[in-house]
Amino acid sequence: MWSAECGVRSTGLSFPIPHSPFRIRDIVMASYLIRRVLGFVPVLFLITVISFGIMHLAPGKPTDAAMSFNPKVSLEARQRLEKLYGLDRPLHVQYAQWLSRTARVDFGRSFLDDRPVTEKIVERLPITLTINVCSLLLILGIAIPLGVTAAVRPGRWFDRVSTVFVFIGYSTPSFWLALFCIALFGVTLRWLPISGVHSLDYEAFGSVHRWLDMGWHLILPVGIAAFGGLAGISRFMRSSMVEVLQQDYIRTARAKGLPERRVLFHHGLRNGLLPVITILGLSVPDLIGGAVIAETIFSIPGMGRLFYEAVMARDYPVVMALVTIGGVLTMLGNFFADVAYAYADPRIRVGAAESR
Amino acid sequence: MVVSYRGPALRERLLVLAVVLLAAYLCPSTLLAESRPVPGDAIVVGSIGDASRLLPILATDSASGDIVGLLFNGLLKYNERLEIVGDLAESWVVSRDGLTITFTLRPNARWHDGQPVTAEDVRFTYDKLVDPNVHTPYSSSYELVQSVEVLDPRTVRVTYKEPFAPALESWMMGIIPKHLLEREDLNTTRFLRQPVGHGPYRFVRWKTGELIELAANPDYFEHRPYIDRYLYRIIPDQATLFLELLTNGIDLSSLTPLQYHRQTGGPFIARSYQKFRYPSFGFTYIGYNLQDHRFSDARVRRAINQAIDKQAIIDGVLYGLGAMATGPYPKESWAYNPDIVPTRQDLPAARALLAEAGWTDHDGDGWLDRDGAPLRFTLLTNQGNEVRRQVAELVQQQLKGVGIDVKIRIIEWSTFVHEFIDKRRFDAVLLGWNLSRDPDLYDLFHSSKTKEGEYNFVGYADPEVDQLLVEGRRTFDQGARQRIYREVHRRLYEDQPYTFLFVPDALPIVASRFRNVVATPIGIGYNFIDWYAPREEQRYKRLSQ
Repeated sequence: MWSAECGVRSTGLSFPIPHSPFRIRDIVMASYLIRRVLGFVPVLFLITVISFGIMHLAPGKPTDAAMSFNPKVSLEARQRLEKLYGLDRPLHVQYAQWLSRTARVDFGRSFLDDRPVTEKIVERLPITLTINVCSLLLILGIAIPLGVTAAVRPGRWFDRVSTVFVFIGYSTPSFWLALFCIALFGVTLRWLPISGVHSLDYEAFGSVHRWLDMGWHLILPVGIAAFGGLAGISRFMRSSMVEVLQQDYIRTARAKGLPERRVLFHHGLRNGLLPVITILGLSVPDLIGGAVIAETIFSIPGMGRLFYEAVMARDYPVVMALVTIGGVLTMLGNFFADVAYAYADPRIRVGAAESR
Repeated sequence: MVVSYRGPALRERLLVLAVVLLAAYLCPSTLLAESRPVPGDAIVVGSIGDASRLLPILATDSASGDIVGLLFNGLLKYNERLEIVGDLAESWVVSRDGLTITFTLRPNARWHDGQPVTAEDVRFTYDKLVDPNVHTPYSSSYELVQSVEVLDPRTVRVTYKEPFAPALESWMMGIIPKHLLEREDLNTTRFLRQPVGHGPYRFVRWKTGELIELAANPDYFEHRPYIDRYLYRIIPDQATLFLELLTNGIDLSSLTPLQYHRQTGGPFIARSYQKFRYPSFGFTYIGYNLQDHRFSDARVRRAINQAIDKQAIIDGVLYGLGAMATGPYPKESWAYNPDIVPTRQDLPAARALLAEAGWTDHDGDGWLDRDGAPLRFTLLTNQGNEVRRQVAELVQQQLKGVGIDVKIRIIEWSTFVHEFIDKRRFDAVLLGWNLSRDPDLYDLFHSSKTKEGEYNFVGYADPEVDQLLVEGRRTFDQGARQRIYREVHRRLYEDQPYTFLFVPDALPIVASRFRNVVATPIGIGYNFIDWYAPREEQRYKRLSQ
C-alpha cells in the first residue's frame, strides 16, 4: 500500500505548487485516501455477494427453525410463509432487493421476530462494546508494561515468567476457563454472580448502585477475555521493544547520558508502540463482534450471540447486516491503522518532508 | 458488595426465626399444620432460549409459548387428567352433527387494560389466524372452519365444513384483543414486545436475551396468582443453567437425565429443590423407508422390534428415566391401548422371523443375506442430540446380535430434513415426536400425507388405518374416539411402520419453597396460579408488589 504512494511521489508530483495553501504531502495523502476509499466499494460488494451466496447454499430455510417437523404446521402454511418473506424468488432477485435496500442503509426486518434489524443490533451493541472496550483497555494496561519490562532484560526470569503466563492465557480454552471461574468464584466462594449482566432487582437501584452492579457482573467476562488476549499485544510489544532498544539512537541517547527512564519511555516506547497501533486498528471490527462462547456461558445478550443465533435460524437479514457491518469496520480499521502509522512513524514524516 | 438477590439478610432471617420460634412456643398446633397460601415472592425461571413474539398466533418457539401461556388463555384447556375443560369459555356445546361448536364466554374475563373479553375478540383471533398476510404457521388447524359468528358479546358459534374433533384442541389457541390490534399490522406491531393479555400474569418488561418479567394479574378471573412476579431468565448455556441451580439462582428449570440421576443427589439440592418426574408427551422411534424392498416386508420390521431391548436402552441412555413405548401415546393418555404388551427382546424369534422373510446367513460371514446381498442399512439421525446418538449405537449393537449390519450416520438438522427426510433418501431414521394431547395422527400416518415436506415420510399406507384416522377426526364422543385410537395404536404396533422405542420422562426441578406443586399427567404447570411460598421462606421481598 505504502509503495503505491512512493510511486506517485516519483512520477512528477514532487515539486511545490506555487501559492497553494496545500502542501504536496497533503495532496499525496489525500489522493491516497481517496483511492483507498474507492477501493472499498468493489471489496465490499464482493464480501456481500460471497456471504449472500454461501448463506443461501447452506441447507435449510428461515422457516425451518421452529416450524419444520411440527405436525401443527402444515406444508401449505410453511410455503405461504416463505412467499410472504420473499424466499420463493430467485436468488439474484433476492440479492438485488437486499442490495437496493442496504444502499439506503435499511437492513430490513428479521425473519425471526419481524423487528427491524437495525433495532436488534442497536439493542445488543452497548454491552458488547462495553465488554470489549474494557477488556481492550485492561489488555493494553497490562500487556504494554509487561512487554516493555520483559524487553529491557530479554531472556531473564521476568521475561520467561511473563511469557509462560501470557501463553497460558492464550492457550487455555475460554469456555473451560469461564466455567472453571464460575464454579470457583460463583459457586464455591460465592464472591461473584454466575451469569447475566444485572441483578434481578436492578430496576430498583439508584444510578451508582446500577453501575456497581453491572461492573460486578462484568468482572469475570472482561477478566477472562483480557487474559486470553494478553499474549498478542505483550509479545508484539516485547519484540518491537527489543528491536528498538538495539537501535543506534538508543545507544546515542544513552551515550548522551540521558536518564534510563527517558531513554526507555521517550525514545524507546514511542517507537516501540508503532506495531501496536497497527494491531489496534485491526481490532476495530472485533470491538463490535462479541465472543459467542463467552456470551453464551455468561448469558450476556451481545452481538456474538445475535450473530450465532441468526446463523442457526437462517435469519438472512440479520446475518447479512452483521457481515456487511463487519466488512466495513474491518476495512475502516485497516485504513485508520495505515493512516495512523503514516503519521506516527517519524521516518515516513521525514520522507514526506524530503519530497517538498 | 452489591449482593442483592441472595434473599433476606442474616439479620432479617434471625428475626424471622425468632418470631417463628416464639410463635411456635405460644401456639404449636397452628404452626405445625400446613400453612395457607399467601401471596408474595417471585419465581425465577431459567430458559435456554429467548422468546421472539409474544402473540399466541405468532409464537412458534417454546420460550414464546411459555410466556404467552401466562398472558393469554384459550377458550378451552386441558385439566390435570387430560380432559378438555372450559378456560375463557364457561361452557361449550357441540351440535349433534358435529358441525357447529357454540362457546359461551365467562362474564368476568377482562383484558389487562380493563376492557371485557368478548366474542368479537374470538372472531378477530380467527380472522387473523386465516389472514394470508399474517405470519402465522397455525392456519392449517382452521382450514375446515366455514364461519365464526358472534351471536352476542358472550356467545360465539363456529361452523365447520365437516365434523373435526381436533377442533376443540385448536380453540386452546390464546385469544387476542381486537380493540388493541384492529388497526395494527400484526407482523410488526409494538404489541409483540409489549403484549396486553387477559391471563393470570400481565406483562412488565422484556430485556432482549436477558429477562422477561411478568406480574400477577389481581383481576384474573379464577383468582389472583399467589406468586407476585414471574422472572424468565434467558441462560443459553446448559452448564451455566446448572451452576445457577447450585446457588439457588433459579427456581424452576428442567434437568437432563444425567443431571437428574447423577448430579442432583447432594444434600444442597435435596434441601433447596423438589425434583419431579413424569412421562413427557413424546416418543423416540425408528422410522423405516417403507418403499425400500427390505422394509416393505412387515416381518423384517417386526423382527427388528423383537431384536431390540428397549429397557436396556432406557437404562443405558436415560438412566432409567423413561418408559418403553408400544405406540404413539404415553400410558397416561386415554387413547393408549393397555392390551398391547411390549415385546420382550427375543433373538431366536427375531431370527426365525427374518428366516421366514428369506434372510439367513448363507455364506457364514455372520451377517444375514438374501440373494447374495447382506441385510445392511444406514440409520440416520440428527446432529446435536446426544441421546439419539447413544440410542443409535445401542441399536447397532443389538441388531448385530441377529446378524443385521447397521451403519450410523449423523447429519446436521436442516440437511437431514431437506435432503434426506423430505426427499426420502434414507433406509431408516432415528427420531422423536413431541405431540399434542389430542390423539389425532392423521398427519403422521394417513396415506395422503406423503408429499415432500409432509410428515408421513415413511410412506405408510394402510386402508384400514386411513379410515380409522378419518373417522377419529369426525367423532367427538370420547368413548368412540377411544375405541378408534386404541385400534390405531394396535394396528401400528402390529405393522411396525415405526419401531417405538421409549417415552422419555420430563424432569422439572422446582425450588422447595414453593408449595402446591404436583406432578400430574399434564405436568406441573397446570395449577401455577395456586403455587405459593410460605411467608417466612419468601426470597424476593423487594420484587414483590
